[in-house]
Amino acid sequence: MLELHDVTKVYKVGAFGGKTMTAVDGVSFDVGTGEVVSLIGESGSGKTTIGRMILGLTSLTSGSITLDGAPVKPGKAYYRSVQGVFQDPFSSYNPVFKADRVLRMIKEQYFPSVPDWDDRVEEALAAVRLNPGQVLDKFPHQLSGGQLQRLLIARALLLEIKLLVADEITSMLDASTRIDVLNLLADLKARGLGVLYITHDLSLGNYLAERTVVLRHGTVVEMGLTEKVFGDPLHPYTRQLLSAVPRLGSPWEEAAPADGCLYHQKGATGRLLAADEGHFVACAGLDDCGGPAA
Amino acid sequence: MSLTVTDLKVYYRTLKGEVKALDGISFSVADNEILGLAGESGCGKTTLGKGLIRMDGRMKHIGGTVELDGETLPIGDDARMNPYRFHKVSLIPQYSMSAMNPTRKIGKMVGELVRSRGVKLDRDELHARLDQVSLPREVLDRYPIELSGGMKQRMVMVISTLLNPSLLIADEITSALDVSTQKAVAKALVGFRDAGFVKSMIFITHDISLTYQIADTIMVMYAGKLAEKAPAHTIVSAPRHPYAQLLINSLPEVGVRYADKRLSGIPGSPPSLLDPPSGCRFRDRCPLAFAKCAEEEPPAVEVEPDHFVACWKA
Ligand SMILES: Nc1ncnc2c1ncn2[C@@H]1O[C@H](COP(=O)(O)OP(=O)(O)OP(=O)(O)O)[C@@H](O)[C@H]1O
Ligand SMILES: Nc1ncnc2c1ncn2[C@@H]1O[C@H](COP(=O)(O)OP(=O)(O)O)[C@@H](O)[C@H]1O
Ligand code: SF4
Ligand SMILES: [Mg+2]
Ligand SMILES: [Mg+2]
Repeated sequence: MLELHDVTKVYKVGAFGGKTMTAVDGVSFDVGTGEVVSLIGESGSGKTTIGRMILGLTSLTSGSITLDGAPVKPGKAYYRSVQGVFQDPFSSYNPVFKADRVLRMIKEQYFPSVPDWDDRVEEALAAVRLNPGQVLDKFPHQLSGGQLQRLLIARALLLEIKLLVADEITSMLDASTRIDVLNLLADLKARGLGVLYITHDLSLGNYLAERTVVLRHGTVVEMGLTEKVFGDPLHPYTRQLLSAVPRLGSPWEEAAPADGCLYHQKGATGRLLAADEGHFVACAGLDDCGGPAA
Repeated sequence: MSLTVTDLKVYYRTLKGEVKALDGISFSVADNEILGLAGESGCGKTTLGKGLIRMDGRMKHIGGTVELDGETLPIGDDARMNPYRFHKVSLIPQYSMSAMNPTRKIGKMVGELVRSRGVKLDRDELHARLDQVSLPREVLDRYPIELSGGMKQRMVMVISTLLNPSLLIADEITSALDVSTQKAVAKALVGFRDAGFVKSMIFITHDISLTYQIADTIMVMYAGKLAEKAPAHTIVSAPRHPYAQLLINSLPEVGVRYADKRLSGIPGSPPSLLDPPSGCRFRDRCPLAFAKCAEEEPPAVEVEPDHFVACWKA
């Protein structure tokens, strides 16, 4: 359904745009109908930039992004299929509008003639486990971070979209609410919604996603079926990320040392090596592998 | 005994009445202890943190006392609290990353802040502390906006502990960070305690797995009250309060997949604190509730040394 092909984004930075910064570098992956793909990587690795390009909020420097074969074309029709919910809900929400006004604007923009609108609003709020009375007459600063985040998901759901780009949507939520939101995404997925789930929390990504893409400095270092990427991580960076995840009942350990660069061990030449069925890894750029840095 | 809180009550004044956000909580934190504070959104963690240092205009100190190093803090009196802030108690607030003045270079800001507290800035000490958290000294010549989230958070940590306060309160300082940065920041906090920059610490987060990594003791709050407080490994391996048990069970671990095991949140939501229920505040969500729970409030009982539980069934 959604396909990214060799997507690159170079930002101009510095006074007068004199310098450039490559935020995303040759990234290719896809998200199918009813599939959750998680995109993980540390801060600054380019996750949000990819999300923004999919939503048409930032232009591509090169490469292509297509939805059902057609290139991203920001506009009403596109946003009826694709919506995003972002990291900081307080910034993506106009603070002067109350919640009911925000939901009504969706009706005015997209569904002027739907008769049972109120029922749909109620249904969407119920899907995110919000009590309409609790949120509808409130301004954003009167809601907790978790309530606001769920309200934004409800807004996206009202549109009956095909693809949701969810960028760090659970980082503001407490553990119990987080599970509710994840289960909600899982239910929607069962109804055919595709989700690009951007997160730095690996346990959450693992819980939900069929496939996982690990991003580092704008490039994919490892990707594939979630159980393979998490169960048998091949790239030292993936291993390092996994070792930083705090686990209940077992104290932090240091990352297991990398046993050489798997990419070059297997004598590959392309950008990503198929290490196993549905499991790809890039060069780790270790001292002794002599290959290009990942 | 570094910090002793006794029957503390802090309410919010609203048009609809008083929100009883902190309603009679007692606990203590020893020297060198890191206390992790956990609980669902809205259970009063931030209110407790703010109550110990700076109440906002709508908060009201209703009752109870806070004693730090043998001195009673005048928490209800903003002006009289001022000499204690930074010197004795410091807070790193939720969302502090965006709270740094964007128009001032960091070094300049730190100098002004320290001077406003009547202290001369010790540059060498500042540099040593930047080293401790692996921040290059050049950050002092940069603007806050030029720092990544993790760098900002470490900078805020250095600033708030520069005067060696007795107590540091860190409110959700790692939630917006990726796992590697989170780990670095959490370890830096422990390093501050080990180096003696702060004596004791209250670490607030909704991530119990993270709290487990650095806290000596974990206190689980529910609806403005203490539910359970015990050494970290006890809370995680053998919680006794039904709420603590459900909270621990709702955590996804790496390895648990939706397809294999659907985790569940805790059904229902915390009660309104405008008019909290009688007896145990958890009773309408509690699988073990019985008649007495509606009639009488369960007191926090020390069931074994350093392990407190407020539940009739514990
Ligand atoms: N508008 C912009 N102008 C210049 N550089 C930018 C811009 N937006 C992002 N960048 C840079 O691009 C890189 C990737 O940024 P992005 O925000 O996509 O990362 P991220 O993985 O989402 O990080 P985080 O987890 O902190 O949100 C970073 O180095 C960032 O500084
Ligand atoms: N400014 C305020 N006015 C009224 N009620 C508030 C205010 N801030 C917080 N509360 C209420 O106080 C309770 C505890 O909030 P808080 O301390 O923010 O919890 P936490 O940090 O655990 O999320 C909640 O019921 C919340 O709705
Ligand atoms: S006191 Fe009663 S309602 Fe409260 S937690 Fe214990 S059993 Fe449940
Ligand atoms: Mg981001
Ligand atoms: Mg809070």
